[in-house]
Amino acid sequence: MSHKAHVPIGPYHPLQEEPEFYKLVVEGEKVVDVDVRIGWNHRGIEKLSESKSFDQSIFIVERICGICSSSHPIACVQAVEDIADIEVPERALYIRSIVQELERLHSHMLWVGLAGHFIGYNTVFMWGWKYREPICDIMETVTGNRQNYAMMKVGGVRRDIEKGHISYILKRLDEFTKHLDLLKGAILDDPVLHARLKGVGILTKEKAIDYAALGPTARASGVDIDVRRDHPYAAYDRVKWKVITQEAGDVFAKTVVRILEMYESVSIIRQCLDKMPAGPIDSKPKDVLPGEGIGLVEAPRGECFHYIKSDGTNSPLRHKVRAPTYMNFPTFRETVINQTVSDATIILAAIDPCYCCTERMFIVDNKDKELFGVQELIRLSQEKTLKLKEKMGVK
Amino acid sequence: MSIDAVIKKIQDNFGAKVLKIYKKNERRAYIDIYSKDVVDFTRYIFKDMGLRFNIASAVDDFNTMEILYHFSDDPSGVVISIRAVIKDKKDPHIDTITTVTKSAWWIEREMHELFGIEFDGNEDLRPLLLPDDWPRGVYPLRKSFVVPKRDSRKS
Repeated sequence: MSHKAHVPIGPYHPLQEEPEFYKLVVEGEKVVDVDVRIGWNHRGIEKLSESKSFDQSIFIVERICGICSSSHPIACVQAVEDIADIEVPERALYIRSIVQELERLHSHMLWVGLAGHFIGYNTVFMWGWKYREPICDIMETVTGNRQNYAMMKVGGVRRDIEKGHISYILKRLDEFTKHLDLLKGAILDDPVLHARLKGVGILTKEKAIDYAALGPTARASGVDIDVRRDHPYAAYDRVKWKVITQEAGDVFAKTVVRILEMYESVSIIRQCLDKMPAGPIDSKPKDVLPGEGIGLVEAPRGECFHYIKSDGTNSPLRHKVRAPTYMNFPTFRETVINQTVSDATIILAAIDPCYCCTERMFIVDNKDKELFGVQELIRLSQEKTLKLKEKMGVK
Repeated sequence: MSIDAVIKKIQDNFGAKVLKIYKKNERRAYIDIYSKDVVDFTRYIFKDMGLRFNIASAVDDFNTMEILYHFSDDPSGVVISIRAVIKDKKDPHIDTITTVTKSAWWIEREMHELFGIEFDGNEDLRPLLLPDDWPRGVYPLRKSFVVPKRDSRKS
């Protein structure tokens, strides 16, 4: 008789935002069912926003996520600008793109590091987080903060990029690109990683479309979508870059997409700094008329969607926020089932949710009351890599 | 497809079922429909026209409840929002669209618990966001819900 055990994952981790709870049902090593529960960090931001003015709600949505803290504000201001057809000065559009791409760089670096840790490549973890620092430094120079930048406002941006800072930004970007080359080589040319990540947690193109998956999760499955190109905003239609797609849909493809996307981001930032015209950064709009508006932004994890309905007063009648992970999460049902427990960690991490969930895993075997901690699950995953290495004769 | 082509296609296919079309600008349009037709519209737009389902957003408009289903045509950068108005605010019902696309799975659960809208045909309307001990029949995103003031003297 088969014995089904439940693997509860989550929900709390004090270090990260967005706790989630997963219940994996396992038969031996194989995952046979998944259930997920979110909401442990539901802060009622949509309700809260209805009681704030349009200017204030930007600061609230900025605090939805510490990593995407420029995507939500941009989506929010774009929704308001869509309602009232507010013009944004050219220079402000370029600054928005620069901040967005810096955010993508640091977010993807963070992911590469953590993904490396989960499969036992702690060097990648150290590199990823160390080489992310120049980006955070640039962020501090441009916006004044490493996180929660408070850069966006309806009709423009709040801070200008000073002329003297541009050479510093370019210098730090050069530094970053060198490290990125190193990291790219270490990951994409490693035969063990090919063996470990290829064919794991495949999301087919059909399923990606059916679940309306977004961002790198969709692009790794061959769905050629990117809000920056499809629904042009900020200055993305004024610079040259390309959308990275892969066909395989597995964890390796998602890694490739993110790593190659970082090169595009660096190129976008350089072009924006070069082309950025002089001029005002704020059109200083006065009123928001009654109406509806939609703001779309390509956040590091995919499309971020804001819908705002205004009744002509100073605050929104309705403010709907849809973060990309909301659409990417349910794809777990397709990717985790029939995979082994030792792969579950990396598959769950592959869509790049916030890590609190994967950090706090433990196995409870109903029958024998066994308890394994998160370390145990990561160890399982790391051991699998070690075994692979031995088999392949790699040290 | 330009926005006019998208609108025309929907209009040609549904005729009188389209109640009102409001083209806001070259990238956004809102189409009002009867709430009973929502599955037909979704099937046509999502399956036949191949638009991506962004999300649905319910709005408590004081007198009625409305749900906007947002679809985006990525090649042209157009977002079409289908507005289904539910007149009976006391007991709002609408058919589920999870039979057409799995991507609506979570959002229907969310609208069910935050607005109290019943999605007929959706078997899985378990709570998604609110705590397990949240009182039944209290829907926080309705306008009638007033956020209780926190008593600062209590810890």
